Amino acid sequence: MKRHLLSAGDLSRDDAVRVLDTAVELLALSDRPIKKLPTLRGRTVVNLFFEDSTRTRISFEAAAKRLSADVITFSAKGSSVSKGESLKDTALTLQAMGADAVIVRHQSSGAPHRLASAGWIDGSVINAGDGTHEHPTQALLDAFTLRRHLAGDTGDLEGRRVTIVGDVLHSRVARSNALLLSTLGAEVTLVAPPTLLPVGVGSWPVEYTYALDPALAKADAVMMLRVQRERGGGGGFFPSSREYSRRYGMDARRMSLLPDHALVLHPGPMNRGVEISAEVADSARSVIVEQVTNGVAVRMAVLYLLLSGEGTTR
Amino acid sequence: MSDGATEILVRGARVLGAEPADLLLRDAAVADVGPRLDAPGALVIEADGLVALPGLVDLHTHLREPGREDAETVSTGTRAAAAGGFTAVHAMANTDPVADTAGVVEQVWRLGAEAGHCDVHPVGAVSVGLEGVRLAELGAMADSAARVRVFSDDGHCVSDAVLMRRALEYVKAFDGVVAQHAQEPGLTAGAQMNEGELSGRLGLAGWPAVAEEAIIARDCLLAAHVGSRLHVCHVSTAGSVEIIRWAKSKGWDVTAEVTPHHLLLTDQLAESYDPLFKVNPPLRTKADVEAVREGLADGTIDAVATDHAPHPVEDKECEWAAAAFGMLGLDTALSVVQEAMVETGLLDWAGVADRMAGRPARIGRVGDQGRPLAVGEPANLVLVDPAARRTIRPGQSASLSRNTPYAGTELPGRVISTVLRGRPTVLDGELV
Ligand SMILES: [Zn+2]
Repeated sequence: MKRHLLSAGDLSRDDAVRVLDTAVELLALSDRPIKKLPTLRGRTVVNLFFEDSTRTRISFEAAAKRLSADVITFSAKGSSVSKGESLKDTALTLQAMGADAVIVRHQSSGAPHRLASAGWIDGSVINAGDGTHEHPTQALLDAFTLRRHLAGDTGDLEGRRVTIVGDVLHSRVARSNALLLSTLGAEVTLVAPPTLLPVGVGSWPVEYTYALDPALAKADAVMMLRVQRERGGGGGFFPSSREYSRRYGMDARRMSLLPDHALVLHPGPMNRGVEISAEVADSARSVIVEQVTNGVAVRMAVLYLLLSGEGTTR
Repeated sequence: MSDGATEILVRGARVLGAEPADLLLRDAAVADVGPRLDAPGALVIEADGLVALPGLVDLHTHLREPGREDAETVSTGTRAAAAGGFTAVHAMANTDPVADTAGVVEQVWRLGAEAGHCDVHPVGAVSVGLEGVRLAELGAMADSAARVRVFSDDGHCVSDAVLMRRALEYVKAFDGVVAQHAQEPGLTAGAQMNEGELSGRLGLAGWPAVAEEAIIARDCLLAAHVGSRLHVCHVSTAGSVEIIRWAKSKGWDVTAEVTPHHLLLTDQLAESYDPLFKVNPPLRTKADVEAVREGLADGTIDAVATDHAPHPVEDKECEWAAAAFGMLGLDTALSVVQEAMVETGLLDWAGVADRMAGRPARIGRVGDQGRPLAVGEPANLVLVDPAARRTIRPGQSASLSRNTPYAGTELPGRVISTVLRGRPTVLDGELV
């Protein structure tokens, strides 16, 4: 594996499978009475969150602690990063603390790349979501969840069909999933109104279509992306939330068009009633709650593989 | 050293790349041109192997003074200009306060004259405060000591069609020109880089070519309608070149410039997320680079203009979205043009002189610059060693800022001497 995890595209198929297999082993651990492993004892992991995301932050914190790392969290609220301290100065502070890994969440696309490449810090940088760019550990946990249900934990996603629906243009989850699932051999179809597909999507390693219903019958899984209400109406990307959910929302009728084994995923937080109805979110097909559990195991695997020196090229 | 007090004999220079000749400069003018001139007591500049061009004229320079003296001053910016072979620059109006009154343009003009490194022609704002609402006092700026002829809200587009029409009409009274920064604001809200395959992948908001082209098309039609002069700043797309070519074919009085960086660099550099490559208009595709080179070669694009945009370190040493737009250009312009246009066979040195001195001077109505190197003409010239190669280092520039996109790049050509009205501003590659 590379030294940093900035993009899902940094992972070769072997790398990705290794993370997922390691996560399977680590997940088994969480069923045991003693949940901690001594693997990262004495190592310092910093959570650097310029953008609020309690879910992702807690997930990374739990992952690092279960590996016995020392965890320091800088959140946008109540620390110097909220007072306009620059990325560079924050990085230099972390370097002085001897951070072995920096998990960074930032509202600007590419901020983790800057941290990793500007020469300010020596540790590994893990992208925990940057702007509208990528969120590679979310893609890993989605792949992990898909493997569990569709390929018996350690099987292959080759040829599996995953449909990703919604605001691809602004979604870091969609970008990372398109890259990672393609790397793993899955067939990805993006579904969105044309206004929410990026220019140049034709060169991505995926199919795309503007109509949801015809894409459902062949799907092994459907991933519903969060759509911010402000993108509609005055935001101009679609006429209204109501029209959006009529054309692109996952409701009971659409769920009935899916094959029996098909799953419904959502990276959260959900807008119930916009991209997903409560009935679907709470249905047996929905693996949304399980995604959260899997997130900790996958992030443990990433930290373990990046920091234990096993198989990384420094 | 006082103006024109020295006689200078330039020995063996290839004027516009032609056969070697001597040039005798006296009293701020070219006194003689010929083989083996004799001038006892003159300062001799050995120019064996060097190409002599008229002093370069930049239509688009951000000198930042008044207001952002931490990034550049008139003095430091014009030193960088002289080092790059320029004898005149047009100082953009987006200072603080904005150059939208006779008082501010006269201040900038006076600072330039006092510094003495090259002529400074202030550009006046089109609208009060660059706000795009009402016309600034264009006539007062034209009549001031600064004799403003180029008006621009650069940094902002004059997007209101009626305001643009009025500006184009109004400047006819004093033979002015409106230099438009063509950027449809609605299509570029929050834009960070060229809109294309890469912006989609990098998750950076796109700046589509159509946002430039739509304004250029509209402005060409407006200029034709009111019979005025339009100058298009920093043309960056293949479509813009086509529209300007069409407008010129109609006989309309439209001129255009391209920056050195749009002649050489592409949007692929954004992949590093290094804000040194963040600029407005953004770096475009390889096909666009080829089109602007062709446009410059066939004269559709009249001039190379640097859009020299100094920024302090902290405005570039950050994440992409937080960084300022713009890059340095004065020191490296001639080398980039040599690389992109001369070494590719698209322009000869006479062509370079036309696009970097002759035409920009005429567009700016600067009568004493961009003239041929002939007897009786002003002694403004640059001597360049086309065989030299140099690796660009950010600290080399006389600019106060360091935001060059060429750091570590090897470029051809080196300015050996620059002469402003018979007085050297650069000798042996060093600022005087
Ligand atoms: Zn501009």
